[in-house]
Amino acid sequence: MRENDGKSIIIRRSRGWIPINWRDLYEYRELLYFLTWRDLKVKYKQTLLGAAWAVLQPLFMMFMFTIFFGRMAKVPSDGVPYPIFSYSGLILWTYFAGALSMSSNSLVGGSHLISKIYFPRLLMPTASTLAGLVDYLIALGVMVFLMIWYHFPPSPGLLVLPLVVFCGFLAATGVGLWLSAMNVEYRDIRFVIPFLIQLWLFATPVIYPVTMLPEKYRWLLALNPMSGVIEAHRACILGHKPIDWISLEISFAIILLIFITGLYYFKRMEKTFADVI
Amino acid sequence: MDRSSNQIIRVSDLSKCYRIGLSLKNHPTIREAIMDRVKNPIRNLAGLKKLARFGLGRSPDDQEDIIWALKNLSLEVNEGEVLGIIGRNGAGKTTLLKILSRITEPTSGEVEIHGRLASLLEVGTGFHPELTGRENIFLNGAILGMHRKEIKEKFGEIIRFAEIEKFIDTPIKHYSSGMYVRLAFAVAAHLEPEILLVDEVLAVGDIAFQEKCLGKMQGIAKGGRTVLFISHNMGAIRSLCQNAIWLDNGQIVKKGPANEVVRDYEEQQLNRFHESTYVIKRGPEEIKKLKFYVSRVEMLNAQGEHNTMFRYGENIILIVDFDGEILEGNFSPEFRIYNELGQLVSTGAAGPYHGIYFSHKVKRVKIEIGPLILTSGKYKISFSIMTGGTRSDTWDSAIGFTLVECQPFAKSWEIATYAEGACVIGQSFSEVK
Repeated sequence: MRENDGKSIIIRRSRGWIPINWRDLYEYRELLYFLTWRDLKVKYKQTLLGAAWAVLQPLFMMFMFTIFFGRMAKVPSDGVPYPIFSYSGLILWTYFAGALSMSSNSLVGGSHLISKIYFPRLLMPTASTLAGLVDYLIALGVMVFLMIWYHFPPSPGLLVLPLVVFCGFLAATGVGLWLSAMNVEYRDIRFVIPFLIQLWLFATPVIYPVTMLPEKYRWLLALNPMSGVIEAHRACILGHKPIDWISLEISFAIILLIFITGLYYFKRMEKTFADVI
Repeated sequence: MDRSSNQIIRVSDLSKCYRIGLSLKNHPTIREAIMDRVKNPIRNLAGLKKLARFGLGRSPDDQEDIIWALKNLSLEVNEGEVLGIIGRNGAGKTTLLKILSRITEPTSGEVEIHGRLASLLEVGTGFHPELTGRENIFLNGAILGMHRKEIKEKFGEIIRFAEIEKFIDTPIKHYSSGMYVRLAFAVAAHLEPEILLVDEVLAVGDIAFQEKCLGKMQGIAKGGRTVLFISHNMGAIRSLCQNAIWLDNGQIVKKGPANEVVRDYEEQQLNRFHESTYVIKRGPEEIKKLKFYVSRVEMLNAQGEHNTMFRYGENIILIVDFDGEILEGNFSPEFRIYNELGQLVSTGAAGPYHGIYFSHKVKRVKIEIGPLILTSGKYKISFSIMTGGTRSDTWDSAIGFTLVECQPFAKSWEIATYAEGACVIGQSFSEVK
């Protein structure tokens, strides 16, 4: 009885809701590892500074914002020195922005794979956001030096950090699922992404504190899931104020919504990828 | 249960249609084309949306921009069967493999597959130029569905097969195209699925490596695995596959023993290209600088009919025309026959072999070759003219012919060039008591 050995498959046109094929994802788990590993390996090939760029990017942004916002515009920073204030937000933001744009372009960039071989397509945008985590960890290492420099003792909130970073990962992957699948059909997405990221940066309290906004408009920020995540990220690293659990929970709920709908949209579009790409 | 116990793939009533974007308007200038695009985002949206929809068209209007890559195709493949798939370009061969390997979905119909399947639509899928040979072996292996442990075990074998031991830690962007292809095929050749789908991937690399690949394929085919094999190399189909299907316009024209299907297909192909293959005129560019040259060649069979396909043991008649002016004396026409491996298999020369020299007034010569004791495959004939001990003209690969049905001994055994040598010598076997 070969039918029951779990290896038989039936191929037909799929309609409506397509469930996620967990068996397939498990079967291809090593490919996820290799795709992530490839993205990491290739990223800094033939660069002079290599992985140092993972640190230099948020660091340059920190200097830039410290000069223009901290010094010249005198943006407040919750009583924390502006450089460390902005850096603690920027490292997660840099991860989010990078992962989002890599992930959104992953399918179109890997079109030769999609048209020539079968594997669960979900792996492609996911591998891109996973690869970015390594850069994040490197940048986080520099955070340690900055904290020593500015005499910030580690706070107990650090225990929550993995959870917050996971929220960032889920957000990048969720939006990545939406945009990567849309990008296959409408290449306009490629042009939209840089603007989206820039706009999103200013709509998120990365380089300014939430307290800068008038009380009555703060609820608007709650609609932006990254605002709760970035605020929580900063609070658990610097410990300069308690973690705002309510806004983190709201953010998480919105992120989950984006992720699940993204998954749904991705699965619905997946079957046409090879033909349209 | 309505399938026999050893049926491993069943395709029933499979169809696939593609939407080809209708060109909306012709624009004489780029400026107008851009303006039209910019002015019509709504229509662009409709067009793009349409491309991603693969349902059956509802209005007859909708039908004109779709093409059926496969239409109501049904097929059964048994376990251990090696099935060749032939047909001209665009016949639907690759679409069939793409559906079987789940790259794309069918529009209607159903496929049942009972076993682990791997497909090879091209070699080197996912190779990254910046990564080293070693890294690419692991990446490509994983993409093809191999596990890391499996790749590790076969690693040594793969690099030995690819003959790239020395360059294993060099980024493959520095590889020659030959090395790249060898590495790519080596990884693929070490896949061990129960069902293997192979698109035209053997036509890569140099001849020696191609032979090695065919050898490997033969090993896989004889190892009891089920293989679906697309190729334009009829010799390979004949020797690797027991059965074959011939596809045209998304439908099966014929299925059966590989020998018969290939024979019919080749016969039909021959008729299609009739005019261009049996009379070849030399291009004006080539003859511009020549004084005395071969200008035209015509190929016939022993019955005097135009033909470029011959069976083992038949004769070829060539009518060769000469043009230009010769300054003095006589000339001797010569021909050389090359097989598909590029080897010179035989030479003919009027003067040195037969003492025949033609006067420069002769404008047309008949050459009869045969009986052909060549193995099945494709051949090219080159012509030259010797005048007074020097070669005054050579026309390389002037005309080609195909040798089919090289079965001088056993009726089921096709003797093919790439596997069994250039020609067949008479032979007998007997026990010595």
